Amino acid sequence: MSDSFASLKLVPKSEVTQSAKDFKSDQEVRWCPGCGDYAILAGVQSFLPELGVKKENIVFVSGIGCSSRFPYYMNTYGLHSIHGRAPAIASGLATSREDLSVWVITGDGDALSIGGNHLIHALRRNVNLKILLFNNRIYGLTKGQYSPTSEMGKITKSTPMGSLDHPFNPISVAIGAEASFVARTIDSDRKHLVEVLRQAAAHEGTALVEIYQNCNIFNDGAWEPLKDSDTADDLLIRLMHGEPITFGKEATHGVVRESDGSLRVAAASEVGSDAFIVHDAHVEDPSYAFALSRLSHPETLANTPIGVFRDVNRPVYDRQMSDQVAHAKETRGPGDLAALIRGKDTWTVS
Amino acid sequence: MSKELVTLGRVVIRFAGDSGDGMQLTGDQFTNATAIFGNDLVTLPDFPAEIRAPQGTLPGVSAFQLHFADHDITTAGDSPTVLVAMNPAALKANLHEMPEGADLIINTDEFTKRNLDKVGYANNPLEDGSLEKYRVHEVALTSLTVEALKDFDLTRKEAERSKNMFALGLLSWLYSRPMETPKSFLATKFAKKPEILAANLKALEAGWSFGETTEVFSVHYEVKPAPARAGEYRNISGNLALSYGLIAGAQSAGLPLYLGSYPITPASDILHELSKHKNFGVRTFQAEDEIAAIGAAIGAAYGGSLAVTTTSGPGVALKSEAIGLAVSLELPLVVIDIQRGGPSTGLPTKTEQADLLQAMFGRNGEAPVPIVAPRSPAHCFDAAIEACRIAVKYRTPVFLLSDGYLANGSEPWLLPDVASLPKIEPNFLEAPNHELNGVDVLWPFKRDDETLARPWIRPGTPGLEHRIGGIEKANNTGAISYDPANHDLMTRLRQAKVDGISDDVEPMFVDDPNGDSDILVLGWGSTFGPIGAAVEISRRNGIKVAQAHLSTLNPFPANTGEVLKRYKKVIVPEMNLGQLNMLIRAKFLVDTIGFNKVRGLPFKATELVDVIKDVAAHV
Repeated sequence: MSDSFASLKLVPKSEVTQSAKDFKSDQEVRWCPGCGDYAILAGVQSFLPELGVKKENIVFVSGIGCSSRFPYYMNTYGLHSIHGRAPAIASGLATSREDLSVWVITGDGDALSIGGNHLIHALRRNVNLKILLFNNRIYGLTKGQYSPTSEMGKITKSTPMGSLDHPFNPISVAIGAEASFVARTIDSDRKHLVEVLRQAAAHEGTALVEIYQNCNIFNDGAWEPLKDSDTADDLLIRLMHGEPITFGKEATHGVVRESDGSLRVAAASEVGSDAFIVHDAHVEDPSYAFALSRLSHPETLANTPIGVFRDVNRPVYDRQMSDQVAHAKETRGPGDLAALIRGKDTWTVS
Repeated sequence: MSKELVTLGRVVIRFAGDSGDGMQLTGDQFTNATAIFGNDLVTLPDFPAEIRAPQGTLPGVSAFQLHFADHDITTAGDSPTVLVAMNPAALKANLHEMPEGADLIINTDEFTKRNLDKVGYANNPLEDGSLEKYRVHEVALTSLTVEALKDFDLTRKEAERSKNMFALGLLSWLYSRPMETPKSFLATKFAKKPEILAANLKALEAGWSFGETTEVFSVHYEVKPAPARAGEYRNISGNLALSYGLIAGAQSAGLPLYLGSYPITPASDILHELSKHKNFGVRTFQAEDEIAAIGAAIGAAYGGSLAVTTTSGPGVALKSEAIGLAVSLELPLVVIDIQRGGPSTGLPTKTEQADLLQAMFGRNGEAPVPIVAPRSPAHCFDAAIEACRIAVKYRTPVFLLSDGYLANGSEPWLLPDVASLPKIEPNFLEAPNHELNGVDVLWPFKRDDETLARPWIRPGTPGLEHRIGGIEKANNTGAISYDPANHDLMTRLRQAKVDGISDDVEPMFVDDPNGDSDILVLGWGSTFGPIGAAVEISRRNGIKVAQAHLSTLNPFPANTGEVLKRYKKVIVPEMNLGQLNMLIRAKFLVDTIGFNKVRGLPFKATELVDVIKDVAAHV
């Protein structure tokens, strides 16, 4: 079971078989009825038994926002912290306790606005954290202001004449920070969600999973074209490692590489299906995954890739930190406090 | 021919030069030799925030003051008796503090027209008679060093770099300091550069020989060792003592030490020091900012480490929200603030104690945090252990307020017996702590009857899975609660928990030899030395005056109110505009008298003597 999760090799294995209900806490879930968070919660609870680790060794850390209430509903250890700081807090926990499986739950405002700095630095350090970023393109808990992923011109409570902010693409931000694992999935697609979580959990280092999540109160239907069976196939590009990147009901379209190295969407009728590139999530150079992230259109949602953009091996911060501690103990012996405080130059008064 | 040897009781030397001249290093080495020789000593480094300000200018002057004596001393000296001035800027910046008759040792090589112009000397002070009231010793330090090193394969510029060693050799002769200490320091520092080592040793020796043979100096001096308690000593700075105290605190608690920190003057040295000691199991995390630094520390505390974050005042401002989280989570955390001049960037390398009210109140909501403050460089060791002890025992963030003067200043330290350090008991909860309807359950906010502390529960403990956060929690169960009565209760419980620490800390230090003083001088933090010196002098002048000093500022030690009421007048000197004074007046309704200066420098004993004299005249 958990042998397939290299990132969890230091986490104690569960001796009992777990089920989704083992991960449900006794707290009443207080998200709005119809919120996309319910589906994600159920997806995570159904997936966690697969990890095969003791549930007391799993910790969910969150910031502030609707999504950040998530830890309360998990029957694991949980820490609901302050706005934007969950990646920093989780970094401290993960770098001091390698026997834990540490998950961060955050939202578009929490991760990309107030906590943007912590997010990019967690990603560049590559601490063993799994960050689930619920993106609903709106501030929900403060009741409906635009977020850093809201489309330009969006009319909200704080932008009656339309938002002037150019949105972030969270996948581009993460790849720009040289994250070692970057993926996107959708709240309502349980199968896809779980498959992405599986790959994220197996990854050694920081994994960022953007989850398109619906806020049915303040931004209902933000991702609807990607969920509607009439339109989804034409808009969604399902990335699968080792498979040609094609989309459309009859795989009528795909992604091709131009002579200058850039990527673009083309019709099979135009270029021939042999021209479509084969997805390789293990490409070291982040510019490939970045180019994939730029295919999507922020307003029409055309050409929106989902799946694992990037999954590469990089040194893992917490492992290296432990290695340094172990090396210091090995070469210098365990610390001797009396010798330390004496130092080199002492004198004695008799 | 040996020269006359004069015995002195005390000496205050100030080494001053360009920030690139190596004055801090020269001062440090002279100090180490002095410490090993057995004098009591106190140091005061005073340097600019700029790493290398324009050469030869007033803003670029870096100074190091050392007071050493054959008796117990507590300050770095009000005014130097000797100034070593490496250039005109160093002379100009320091001359106004030199008393008549003081010795000036001046590097004449740097007194060129160009250098004099740079600092606005119209005439050369060495020639215009303006230094008549001092004993001037003109030494061509630069050219003598170059001459001494002429056989070495060095450029002139490289040879000139050793002039601080020449000066150190000269001063070592002048004050009969042992040369073994700087020699062994150089041997270690330049172990891999034998040529540079040989040159520096040669410059050091040349300085000593110059003193012996030149007619510039007719006498030299000795200061006999000071009587001290028996034991083994070393010299130590505040930041080093603090770093060792944190390691000791973690060892006493049997916990791994975790530091989350972001570099800031004057606290960075603690990060540097702790990062060297990974073999003690210490983990140091240099975060992307001050907030992430404390965030990581909170994460580590949640995981069961002894967690620390180190910073200065501007960093505390950034950490405020996270400190509030630690208050709400009731997790152990040590927040170290090496105070500097403020507000904003203020005076990064200068000392001040103006963060007391920030530490006390600088958070949203009612968020009490205990505050510990060391009184001397060596005391930083004990204060760090005490902060760890309170944090762990009461499951609370604790402030440790040091300052720039303590951080960089140094003094002899009687080494403690490691085995007798206070024991700290983490007492992690390992099993459910409450029985509800016949079932064992976890109540993460069930409090200890005596301390009101909640249990510390490490993730990984089976059966104790629970969720906590910054949202208000129901007492006992820890479940989210917006209940009015519960919030009122929790607010009062968090306050009562901190207030209750007053019985668990050392009583306030009081020095009143005959118990008949009318006047009390009350201080906190690094003013201990100057206040002590001023009280001693005042007593010799016939004034009955007592000294009290606070090492715990929140809560105040149990005896504080009773002590204050014994005196007719209470003077509260502080390097701020009256922060402790405000707290004392509010809490104890005592009509205290503030004495406040924010010059970025420690108090002079003499200015406090004057204050005591003024107050005594009106008792």
